[in-house]
Amino acid sequence: MSRRTQAVLLLVVGAAVLRASTGELYLRYVKSGLRPLLIVGGIVLVITALMTLWHELTGRTADADGHGHPPGDGHGHGGTGSRAAWLLVVPLFGMLLITAPALGSYAATHDGTVTPVLTTVGTLPAGDPVRMRVVEYASRAAYGHSGTLAGRQVALTGFVATDPSGHPFLARMLLRCCAADAGPVKVGLTGQVPGGVKPDVWLEVTGRYSPTRVTDRINGGVIPYLDVTAWRVVAAPSRPYESPQ
Amino acid sequence: MSADVAADRPVHATGGDQTLTPAVPPAGGGVDGGVVSYIEPMGDVTAAREPRRPGGVELLAAAFVVAVLVETSLGGVLTARWLQTWMTIFLSVLTQAMPFLAFGVVLSSVIAVFVPAGFFARALPHHPAFAVPVAGVAGVLLPGCECASVPIAGALVRRGVTPAAAIAFLLSSPAVNPVVLAATAVAFQGNPRMVAARAVASLVTACGMGWLWLRIGRPGWIKLPARPELATTDRSVAFWAACRHDLTQAGGFLVAGAAAAATLNVAVPKHWLQTLGHNPVLGVLTLAVLAVVLSICSEADAFVAASLREFSLTARLAFLVVGPMVDLKLFAMQTGTFGRAFANRFAPATLVLGVVVSVVVGKALL
Repeated sequence: MSRRTQAVLLLVVGAAVLRASTGELYLRYVKSGLRPLLIVGGIVLVITALMTLWHELTGRTADADGHGHPPGDGHGHGGTGSRAAWLLVVPLFGMLLITAPALGSYAATHDGTVTPVLTTVGTLPAGDPVRMRVVEYASRAAYGHSGTLAGRQVALTGFVATDPSGHPFLARMLLRCCAADAGPVKVGLTGQVPGGVKPDVWLEVTGRYSPTRVTDRINGGVIPYLDVTAWRVVAAPSRPYESPQ
Repeated sequence: MSADVAADRPVHATGGDQTLTPAVPPAGGGVDGGVVSYIEPMGDVTAAREPRRPGGVELLAAAFVVAVLVETSLGGVLTARWLQTWMTIFLSVLTQAMPFLAFGVVLSSVIAVFVPAGFFARALPHHPAFAVPVAGVAGVLLPGCECASVPIAGALVRRGVTPAAAIAFLLSSPAVNPVVLAATAVAFQGNPRMVAARAVASLVTACGMGWLWLRIGRPGWIKLPARPELATTDRSVAFWAACRHDLTQAGGFLVAGAAAAATLNVAVPKHWLQTLGHNPVLGVLTLAVLAVVLSICSEADAFVAASLREFSLTARLAFLVVGPMVDLKLFAMQTGTFGRAFANRFAPATLVLGVVVSVVVGKALL
C-alpha cells in the first residue's frame, strides 16, 4: 500500500472516530468515560494522515521508504505489513453494510445474567415511583436487600427480551469498558406483564418488589422479579448501557 | 537498490548489534532478525519495475462506491441479529483499543526517532538477566492497555534493548499497572488478596518469559519489519512516517484480532461455561482459554472475572494473568510487530507459563 493510500485510509478512519465520539454514536460501543481518549486518538490519526500527505506533496519523504520510487509513483508494494493495512477498510465497509446497534435482546438471551453483588446498600431516594437503574433494582432484589424496596413503587427502563418459553423479561446490558465485556442484567416480570411487545422495544415498567426469583439456565445467576402495575413504550435512551457503579 | 539497503543497515543495526549480541548467548548469529529483515525490501525491486497499476487511492474510492451501491440494493439482507451483534462487538473492540494504540504508536515513534540509540543500553543493567526484572518493573509504572505495549516493545528492540527485557516490559505493562490494580481492587472488594495475587503472578510470568527467552530464545525468531523510513535525517519526516506506518500496520492486525474475538464471542455458547466451572482443573483451563478468546481490555477484565462466580478464585486469577498477555488481538499485533516465527512460539509459551504461575500463586495466596 502506498503512503498516499495509507494517509487517505488513516484520514477516513480518524474522521469516523471523531464523528462517532463527538456525537452519541460511540456510546453504543464503549463507556462514556472513553470519549476524551477517543477524540485525542482520532486527532492523532488525522494529523498523521495530513502530515504524510504534506510530506508527500512537498517531496519531503524518507527516500528509503519508497525504495527509490520517484515521488508520485505511489503504487502498492511491500510485505505482509503493508497488506495488513488493507484490513482497515473492513470496519469502514462493515459500518456501511451492517448496522451495528447497541447490544440488545440477542445478546441478552444468549448470555447469563450478570447482576453484581452490592457492597453498600443505601436507602432509596425519594419519589413515587422511584426511578432506578435496572442493575440497582436487580442487585437489591436478588441478593437479600429487598427490605430497602419494601412498600415502594419503582420505575425501571430497559428493553424487552423473551426467555425460551416465550415469556417477556426486562433487560439492560451492563458495560464496564466496551461492548465485548457487556453482560445482561435480567429482571423477570409478573402482574401486568406487557403483552404483544416485540423484543428490543424499550419500556418503562412501574411496579413493586416481588419475592419471586428464578435461576438463569445459562449461568446459574439469580433473576429477581418485579410485580408490574403499569408499563409504557419509551424511546431508546441515548445511553443504552448501565455501568456497575 | 542494493546500495540503498546496505547503506541502511548500519543506521539501524548498530545499536542493536552492540546490545543484542551479549543478550543472546546461544545461537551464533549476532543480530539477526534485523539484518534479515532489511534484506526483505529487495522484493520490492520487482514491484518497482511492474507496469503502473491502479493506485490504492483509486481502489479505495471504487470500493466505497461499490459498497454504497450494494448497501442500497441489498438493504435489508444484512440485518441478521447475530451479524449485527458480531458487528457491534467487533467495532467496540476496535473503538476501545484505538486510543491506546495511538498512544502506544506515538510513544514508540518517539523512542524510535528521538531517543538516542544507546540510551536504553545505558539505562538498563548491563547483564540481560538483571535487565529483565528492571524492565518488568518499569512496565508497571506505565499505565497502558496491551494494545499500546506491543508497538512500544517493538521500538525498544529496535533501539537496542535486549529482547528479553522488551518481552518482560511487553507482558508486565498492561497486566500490572496502577489503573489495572485499582480496577481489580474495586471488582474484588470481597477478596483483597486477588490484587496481590494478580500483581505477583503477572510479574513472575513476565520476568519468567524474559528469562526463558535468554535460555532458549533465538534471535532469528524475531523478524522486525523493515523500517527504512527511520533512516532519514529529517526527524519530522521520520517521526510521522513511523506513526503512519505503525498505525496502519498495527491497526490492520488489530482489525484481524478484533474480528476473531467478535466471532468467538458470538459463537461460543455461554452455558458451556457453567458446566466447565465446577471442575477445578477444567475451570482453570477454561478461563485461560476464555481470556485468550474474549480479548477484553486489561482495565475491564477484573469486572468480568468477578462476575464469573461459578469458577474458583484460582481459575479467575488465571483469567486475569493470561488475558493481558495472550489474546487474539495481541497475537495478531505481535505477528505484525515481531514476525510470525516469534508470535507462534511466544503466545503458547506465555499461555502455559501464565497458567502454571497462576495455579502456584493461587494455591499460595488465595
